[in-house]
Amino acid sequence: MTDPSRATIAELRDLVVSGRMSASEICKAHLGRTRAVDDRVKAYRSVLERQALAEADAVDRARRESRPLGPLAGVPIAVKDVLCTQGTPTTCGSRILENFVPYYDATCVARLREAGAVIIGKTNMDEFAMGSSTENSAFEVTRNPWDLTRVPGGSSGGSAAAVAAGMVPAALGTDTGGSIRQPAALCGVPGLKPTYGRVSRYGLVAFASSLDQAGPFGRTVADVARILQVIAGHDPLDSTSAPEPVPDYLGGLERGIAGLRIGVPKEYFPAGLDAEVHGSVRAALAAAERLGASIDEVSLPHTEYAIPTYYIIATAEASSNLARYDGVRYGLRAAGAPDIAQLFRKTRNAGFGAEVKRRIMLGTYVLSSGYYDAYYLKGQKVRTLIRRDFEDAFRRVDLLITPTTPSAAFRIGEKVDDPLAMYLSDIFTVTINLAGLPGMSIPCGLTRDGLPIGAQIIGPRFGEDVVLRAAAALEGAMQFRDRHPPLPR
Amino acid sequence: MTYETIIGLEVHCQLLTASKIFCGCRTRFGDPPNTNVCPICLGMPGSLPVLNRTAVDYAIRAALTLDCDIRPRSIFARKNYFYPDLPKGYQISMYDQPLAVGGHLDIEAGGARRRIGITRIHMEEDAGDLRSPEEAHAYYSALRNLLVDIGVTDGNMEEGSLRCDANVSLRPKGQAAFGTKAELKNLNSFRFVQKALEYEIRRQTQLLDAGQRVAQETRLYDSEEDKTYTMRSKEEAHDYRYFPEPDLLPLLVEKEWIEEVRKSLPAKLLSQRREEYITAYGLLAQVATTLTSSQPMADYFEATATAAGDHKAAANWISGEVLARMKEGGFDIVVLKSKLPPERLGGLIARVKDGTVSGSTGKEVLETILRTGQDPDEVIRSSGLAQVSDEGALEEAIEKVVAASPGQLAQYKAGKTTLLGYFVGQVLKATGGKANPALVNRLLKERLDR
Repeated sequence: MTDPSRATIAELRDLVVSGRMSASEICKAHLGRTRAVDDRVKAYRSVLERQALAEADAVDRARRESRPLGPLAGVPIAVKDVLCTQGTPTTCGSRILENFVPYYDATCVARLREAGAVIIGKTNMDEFAMGSSTENSAFEVTRNPWDLTRVPGGSSGGSAAAVAAGMVPAALGTDTGGSIRQPAALCGVPGLKPTYGRVSRYGLVAFASSLDQAGPFGRTVADVARILQVIAGHDPLDSTSAPEPVPDYLGGLERGIAGLRIGVPKEYFPAGLDAEVHGSVRAALAAAERLGASIDEVSLPHTEYAIPTYYIIATAEASSNLARYDGVRYGLRAAGAPDIAQLFRKTRNAGFGAEVKRRIMLGTYVLSSGYYDAYYLKGQKVRTLIRRDFEDAFRRVDLLITPTTPSAAFRIGEKVDDPLAMYLSDIFTVTINLAGLPGMSIPCGLTRDGLPIGAQIIGPRFGEDVVLRAAAALEGAMQFRDRHPPLPR
Repeated sequence: MTYETIIGLEVHCQLLTASKIFCGCRTRFGDPPNTNVCPICLGMPGSLPVLNRTAVDYAIRAALTLDCDIRPRSIFARKNYFYPDLPKGYQISMYDQPLAVGGHLDIEAGGARRRIGITRIHMEEDAGDLRSPEEAHAYYSALRNLLVDIGVTDGNMEEGSLRCDANVSLRPKGQAAFGTKAELKNLNSFRFVQKALEYEIRRQTQLLDAGQRVAQETRLYDSEEDKTYTMRSKEEAHDYRYFPEPDLLPLLVEKEWIEEVRKSLPAKLLSQRREEYITAYGLLAQVATTLTSSQPMADYFEATATAAGDHKAAANWISGEVLARMKEGGFDIVVLKSKLPPERLGGLIARVKDGTVSGSTGKEVLETILRTGQDPDEVIRSSGLAQVSDEGALEEAIEKVVAASPGQLAQYKAGKTTLLGYFVGQVLKATGGKANPALVNRLLKERLDR
């Protein structure tokens, strides 16, 4: 009997389609696994047991009635709590939306449902996706399944940890500056941030609109491809979603990487890089070379400006995007305000956490009259230069490979009082959002302490197919799939 | 001291689109609250705006009509401020890259013609420069008529379809630099624009004459008291922190799009048609104004005139009899066109002109057409309303009348020629009012003078 908590999407769907296991049984197995480990991991904000079982039951009924089954029929999927799910709380990890229940699905969630997926729960995250550890969640800190004293990364830490701990085969996260790839690396699972515009942002509660992008975590690269296949594509509700046709991601997955030119940007391997991270990524590059790819050093000269540029643009957009949480229409409303200005002030003061307030203030500052040119406008110009760095590189190579993070998972509490140190954990990921490119983290080894290390594969715009192909090849070579976190079975 | 006044208007015009500018909700005025709403216009978390192409069509129309340059690439921007009725905490507007710039509108005020410059058109607003409250009034109403004419707004100020803010400043005559300006809000009628500006100019003149300074501030007009009050000072002014709206792509307007919109514009503006009616057809200004109250009305007039072969007659019929019937019956130009097609009205006017029916009989025929929908010739024939123009028949009637009035005939012969009217009346009576009066007159004169 297949252990559903380690099975791939293809295996789970086969079980359902063949009738060897019902969608309900699969759902129950994952719910059982969640009950067994999530009191320690704390990946979920809410587990939608009743609804998930009803959705699984609908899949089983469809099968009995010989109706067509979708590509994700009966596959449980967890969704980050920043993506709207109709009729269930969507808190964004914030007190200000603690009781907010949207009456609409995010487009990517709706597409999962149409494909037959069972939405099993909403996962924990840093408040409004601002953070790299889930420690900024207003509710709880998610733990890294590989070491419960360490962070899972963030902001999509709950989704990454849920997949790593075997509670769900796949999950959606969102990535504004590394929020899918960094937790994927720290939790030892594949995670993909698609090209900006590849997946609709409708129903993704905005942090930084020009950077946000939803994407999948999975147990395998193929599972990530399967989810992307379903959620990608133009959406009339999102003007920034791309009209480009969606290629067949699964079809080309086994084509290998012989003949691909892989670039290694020297700025991503600085002198002080953690030796174990360096070693593991170099090992992945060596594997790629053995598989027939060529490796070339390239340069992305504006890399050093990425973090300040990112924190200008992301916070500017956030300061505006978060203005709507004012206690007037939904969410938290502070009591006892004598007038409307006080209502705004008290609600926002009580509803937002420290990091969110810090970023709103930063963003308000950089857009203010007298400072706009020096910060926001200059930030936009540097962003253009960073984008050009990548365009230049992709004239010479097909893909770039870098470390996903400068180190493996850090300890809970280690960086909470040092925002800058926390920001620097995204140093290798933010550039990809600024440039709007697809980036994927795949596990490429473990530290001596048994913590996962991630390699980041970066592709040109709409080059998800090539990224996934390389990821699949390296996944086969690195033999990471048999490694599992030391959680009880 | 003598001062020069500089006035700028910022006119907000609600476009006549069926749905809102950034979502598919309807825009109907008067529907119950919270019915025409969705996650997008409520600013719910995760929702995104999508631009309504028709709104851009209309903005392009306005820009073409006002002779503005339409920019090939414009950018929506967020204007950030907190307000209870601003769901997202920002307004999507345009800032440093608007849709169109540099147009103008010609107005008449105080007997003089003036060309008023238009700085820019957003998807929502435009501004100009004016020298007197009267000019401001004339500009605002001319702009409204124009925007209604090209079909982009209903121009209804009671429903807030058209709103206006005004900036006003004074400077000593001869000084190049502008004085400090005050912004006036709550000007929701043409009259209020003029009155508020008049009040504000008096107030600023008194301040300057007394050696005081005008404060840069936003002032609210109170129409009951006819005064303006401080709403907020410069220190309290918002820093709107404009930045490009990342949820919308740059708006690209290609030449083809502009040409497509140009084709949909009326061939001639109402103001042009009015001018033409006065100069080419010699219509009275007031009549011309009535006939150019809307494009369909002007179309109706021209079609009628063509069918009648007489512009003046058509103008008089429409502005008089027909308009009165419309008022009575409470129907608009669309209904009029179906009840009384211009060809039919033109046909009737032609029958009056050629003497087939008299003017007063024509009015009766009009009533019948409106009631039954019949053709004018059909009405005239079937009801026997046609004038008798058969000389033989009339001469017969005349002989009878003359024979029956020997006394009057003698008096007439003796020189009392005013009795001609008596004889005409008798003949008309004898023919049941259908005799052609002009013909009767001529034949009678011939007979009596024999």
